[in-house]
Amino acid sequence: MSASASPSPPVAPPATWTPRIVAFFCNWCTYTAADLAGVSRLKYAANVRVIRLMCSGRVDPQFIVDALARGADGVLIGGCHPGDCHYVEGNYKMLRRFQLLRRLLQDLGIAPERVRLEWISAAEGERVKAVINEMTAQLKALGPLGLPEKFESWDEEIIALARRAAEAAPADGDAPASAQPEEVHV
Amino acid sequence: MSKPKVAFYWCASCGGCEETVVDLAEDILGVVEKVDIVLWPVAMDFKYRDLEALPDRAITATLLNGAIRSSEQEEMAVLLRRKSQYLIAYGSCAHLGGIPGLANQFEREAILRFNYEEAPSVVNEARTRPQTVTEEEGRRPHLPELRHVVRSLDQVVAVDYYLPGCPPTPNLTRAAFDALLSGRLPPKGSVLAPDIALCDECPRKASRPADVAFTQFFRPHQKVLDEEKCFLPQGVVCMGPATRSGCGAQCPGGNMPCTGCFGPTSRVRDQGAKILSSLCANLGAREEKEINRVLENIPDPVGTFYRYGLASSRLRRRADLTNV
Repeated sequence: MSASASPSPPVAPPATWTPRIVAFFCNWCTYTAADLAGVSRLKYAANVRVIRLMCSGRVDPQFIVDALARGADGVLIGGCHPGDCHYVEGNYKMLRRFQLLRRLLQDLGIAPERVRLEWISAAEGERVKAVINEMTAQLKALGPLGLPEKFESWDEEIIALARRAAEAAPADGDAPASAQPEEVHV
Repeated sequence: MSKPKVAFYWCASCGGCEETVVDLAEDILGVVEKVDIVLWPVAMDFKYRDLEALPDRAITATLLNGAIRSSEQEEMAVLLRRKSQYLIAYGSCAHLGGIPGLANQFEREAILRFNYEEAPSVVNEARTRPQTVTEEEGRRPHLPELRHVVRSLDQVVAVDYYLPGCPPTPNLTRAAFDALLSGRLPPKGSVLAPDIALCDECPRKASRPADVAFTQFFRPHQKVLDEEKCFLPQGVVCMGPATRSGCGAQCPGGNMPCTGCFGPTSRVRDQGAKILSSLCANLGAREEKEINRVLENIPDPVGTFYRYGLASSRLRRRADLTNV
């Protein structure tokens, strides 16, 4: 079977919509570069939420899928240039993970532009600005990813079921997981 | 006092989980001695109306296997939840969505079109597809509706315990029955298997090097596999490091790598992302081109890393699919 699923019907995002980017910056290079950009009073798009990690090698791919699942439209990862990692190997680990993760995400219908890896040294404040502005523009063109809203729309069939079940069983039949059942008697 | 009531039910599954109940062998007699089976469609004749007639929570435990992907399975899941004190997701499909969960890469229309029209083995010139209601000789038979999304059991109703595996092994099944019948149960929501990676019980553990530098990946059929050595230094994707133990490492014992059916441990939220992280970190290559050459031999990362867990993974389904 081909994976040629028809794309979602293009729902025009509200005029006020702008992308939300979660950025994981390494402490030694890219975060310091972002600091430099700030100190240098460079202006870049306010769409990015920066999370400082000690090393790009600390970016667990789970963080990236989690950010997307929780409503990020894109994820930006910044690390030291090859050969410059404070921990020697961390940025190479990120690069390898990134290569496969991007392919996996593409197979799951997420455009490769939504996840970006950049090497930005502590001196490259200007580069932080350029990358963030460029990525913001790209994501604006792509439109929202909106996974939380998608999950909700996928689950409409299950929400309808829960409603019917509640109507059918006015008692505590569908006790939530937190409710303890009675003891088992043997 | 009457014996506790137990029900077995199957949804979107292959039947292997039912097999494993029978695999309890003579121990099943011990179980049958202590419980009344009130529903087991694969082996015994019960009617759903008998089930409906039971008071709510009359069944002590229901072991439900299979993913939930049709309106009938949803209804049965809700009904069994209402009638049971404990609802146990039995096997990978109920636990994580299982192999049927891989259908979450496709839209329902594409699945129906392929299976009823385009598959090479299909002869269906009239392009007939199953209808939820049809009219035939004055009767109106109903069929369940296929849902857009394949779900694990806990995405449909509240689940008390999970028995992992494709299928769960008889020893875990036996231990679960013992725990149920003696009332010695772990906290609700627990997976009834050890909370540690499979490598811990793998007989090949000793040959796992501290540092694996992959230079090439092989799929199991592309290479004669060493019967003693850890699969990772052999360049074979083994899901062991990101998979819960408890199966007795049967696949490595049969010289096949782990495919991840027990799902992740409690510390891992997304099994696929985690094994991707572990495998890639251990690549030898440093140049983008060389990295991609090595990774090329993992042609289907979704099917490899989320073989049993796509439906319950963080992303759940192809992001560009809709319910149309």
